[in-house]
Amino acid sequence: MIGLTQGSVYALVALGYTLVYGILQLINFAHGDVFALTGLFSSTLIVSHFNLDESSGALVILGGLAATFLIAMAFGAVVNATIELVAYRRLRSAPRLAVLITAVGMSFIVQNISLAVFDVNFRSVPPLISDANVFAIGGVHYNWQAFFVILVTFPVLVLLTWLVKNTRQGKAMRATSQDPEASAMMGINVNRTISFTFLLAGGLAGIGAVLFLVEFNIRYDTGFELGLIAFTAAVLGGIGNLSGAVLGAIIIGMIQAFNEGPFLWAPGSDWTRSIVFGILIAILVFRPEGLLGERTPEGA
Amino acid sequence: MPRRRDRARTSARAYRSELVQRSGLRAAGTYWDRLPGPVRTFAPALALLALAATYPFYLANLPGNFPVINEFPSVRSAVTIIVFTTMAVGLNVVVGYCGLLDLGYVAFYAIGAYTAGWLASGQFQQVKLHFGSVGITHDARGIHISIWLVLMCAAALTAMGGILIGLPTLRLRGDYLAIVTLGFGEIIPQFVRNADSLHGFDLTHGTFGISPIDAPGFGETLHRRVGLPASYQQEFNADRLFFWTALALLLLTIFCCIRLRDSRLGRAWIAIREDETAAGAMGIPLMRTKTWAYAIGAFFGGAAGAYVASFNQGAFPSQFNFNISVFLLCMVILGGMGSIWGVVIAGVILSWLNVEGLANIGTWLNNNVFPSGHNIEVAKYQFGIYGVVIVLMMMFRPQGLIPERRRKRELEEGSHGPLDEPVYELRGGDEPGAGERGEPKGPVPRG
Repeated sequence: MIGLTQGSVYALVALGYTLVYGILQLINFAHGDVFALTGLFSSTLIVSHFNLDESSGALVILGGLAATFLIAMAFGAVVNATIELVAYRRLRSAPRLAVLITAVGMSFIVQNISLAVFDVNFRSVPPLISDANVFAIGGVHYNWQAFFVILVTFPVLVLLTWLVKNTRQGKAMRATSQDPEASAMMGINVNRTISFTFLLAGGLAGIGAVLFLVEFNIRYDTGFELGLIAFTAAVLGGIGNLSGAVLGAIIIGMIQAFNEGPFLWAPGSDWTRSIVFGILIAILVFRPEGLLGERTPEGA
Repeated sequence: MPRRRDRARTSARAYRSELVQRSGLRAAGTYWDRLPGPVRTFAPALALLALAATYPFYLANLPGNFPVINEFPSVRSAVTIIVFTTMAVGLNVVVGYCGLLDLGYVAFYAIGAYTAGWLASGQFQQVKLHFGSVGITHDARGIHISIWLVLMCAAALTAMGGILIGLPTLRLRGDYLAIVTLGFGEIIPQFVRNADSLHGFDLTHGTFGISPIDAPGFGETLHRRVGLPASYQQEFNADRLFFWTALALLLLTIFCCIRLRDSRLGRAWIAIREDETAAGAMGIPLMRTKTWAYAIGAFFGGAAGAYVASFNQGAFPSQFNFNISVFLLCMVILGGMGSIWGVVIAGVILSWLNVEGLANIGTWLNNNVFPSGHNIEVAKYQFGIYGVVIVLMMMFRPQGLIPERRRKRELEEGSHGPLDEPVYELRGGDEPGAGERGEPKGPVPRG
């Protein structure tokens, strides 16, 4: 069950990759670092500004967390959209390699901003959500912390689906990702749509970062690795496909949980990365379109 | 005839000779123009080489408190600088010639370094195998093979690793390939970090790494007869010996790369870089050619990795992280993809910054520019600075500092290579299919 929790956080980050890839065909390497920066920012917010700790009242904690979620979303969204505005927009007609390399460069820049502002130490927040069990069946425990993550993620995913499927802006996004030129001719403001996508991706990363904080501690370089894992999840599900990203993220989370869990035959957490990247390579080699994706010439 | 050809020279040359005339260097300029072609081609390279080779001799006479950079790199740092430049030249084969983005070059570095560790250290205490090794006692356990052979073994093994990685993945295009190579670049360092008890067998000695690794040398016999150093570590000027050997390694790599570029294989690489589909249609075997690029790029990375392991007397897992891959990629991009001299110059500059340059510049800035009490740690933000460099280069000079002529034309005319398809082509919509992204959509058979 821990896998489901981990997977939820991965899903929120993976959605950011998939959204951006769908519309711009760009692996936004900086996304994971936006996640870390937002996480660090939220930890300061929770600890220093809202002064939340485990002794605060339940309502205060809930209110504080809700405020943190909103601020973190806004922060992540603004950072992500700024990156797009500063770096990627100028390269709209540049070769793909140039944009990809710029993304790697932006990743380093954002990482170093985190380093400069928040220093090298790990940050964490006090255990705000009780770790008492919601239920325990046999050896399987499920605590409130983990449940909270799912409790937040699920509505967000529903909301996102609604946003993409049913709103005007979502329609513009889907149109742009299919054919930017035709969309431009139909009167869609392509640049604004792309900006909106980045805002959305950043906001999701913000929520993911706060959820991550509830259980783990975070450092300036946490985002890079987590970003890669989330990207793997996005590829596993079929990049550009929203439900695929969620499915892929949950599968990756499960695999990680089994690998690190108390099983004798599991190689242990030392090997998690190798296993995740092994999966990534295997998917790209054998089924580049992912589990739910459509075939693209990329893998041809 | 020669006169007419002179008149038809490009405007750049005319401009240069005008500059030369104006600056009063006319005599020297005309003398230079009269020199035979090969001399004009090779003289700058030879001069540079002479300047580099004699560096250990005049280093002591260089000013010690130079503005901005503080001091010139020590011979020891220079070895590291040269080795990293060698790796960049190797990476240039993959990225620059063939246009395949490789974000996991560090894997080859690691394989090379660990091969040196396995074949020239006391790592495998279970066996005792000596072959041409120098500088160790006769009863030392473990495998000890002459470093010169180890360099070749490491290069060959890494090339095989390159083929193994390449074969399944090179069917992929563009950024998918980049992400797979990145995956390998993450897996291999983690493997060497964790492979200290594979079913109880200690392959890599975990986080401690393999140390000490033997030094290169020529053995006692050659030492007595010809005067070549018996073992580098036992010489008083070990750093200089390492420096010259590294320089030789770099020269060999550059030579091979130039010859390869002009060979049939090299032209096939460049054809793939310019337009993969057209190259395939012209009968170039895409898979085989790309795999060769991978293998050869890996070959040089492996040799350089083994050499640097021997120089550092150890291979440690902490040396191999993603940053190194990006750092090497930076050199290739900064220098200009495909341009050997550009990559060499960018490699020297960036690795110098990495080894000590940034720290020196930081110290100088803190002492002379910033008010006391407001110091910044430039070295801490090293990769942030590289990030800024990459982004600025991509925005304002994507062709690199010293672009290769051909590559520059490609960028101007718009190439259709694996990595040059634009993300969007909203402008210039008069070409057929300009708005579509890359290739036609829809199911495409794989193969």
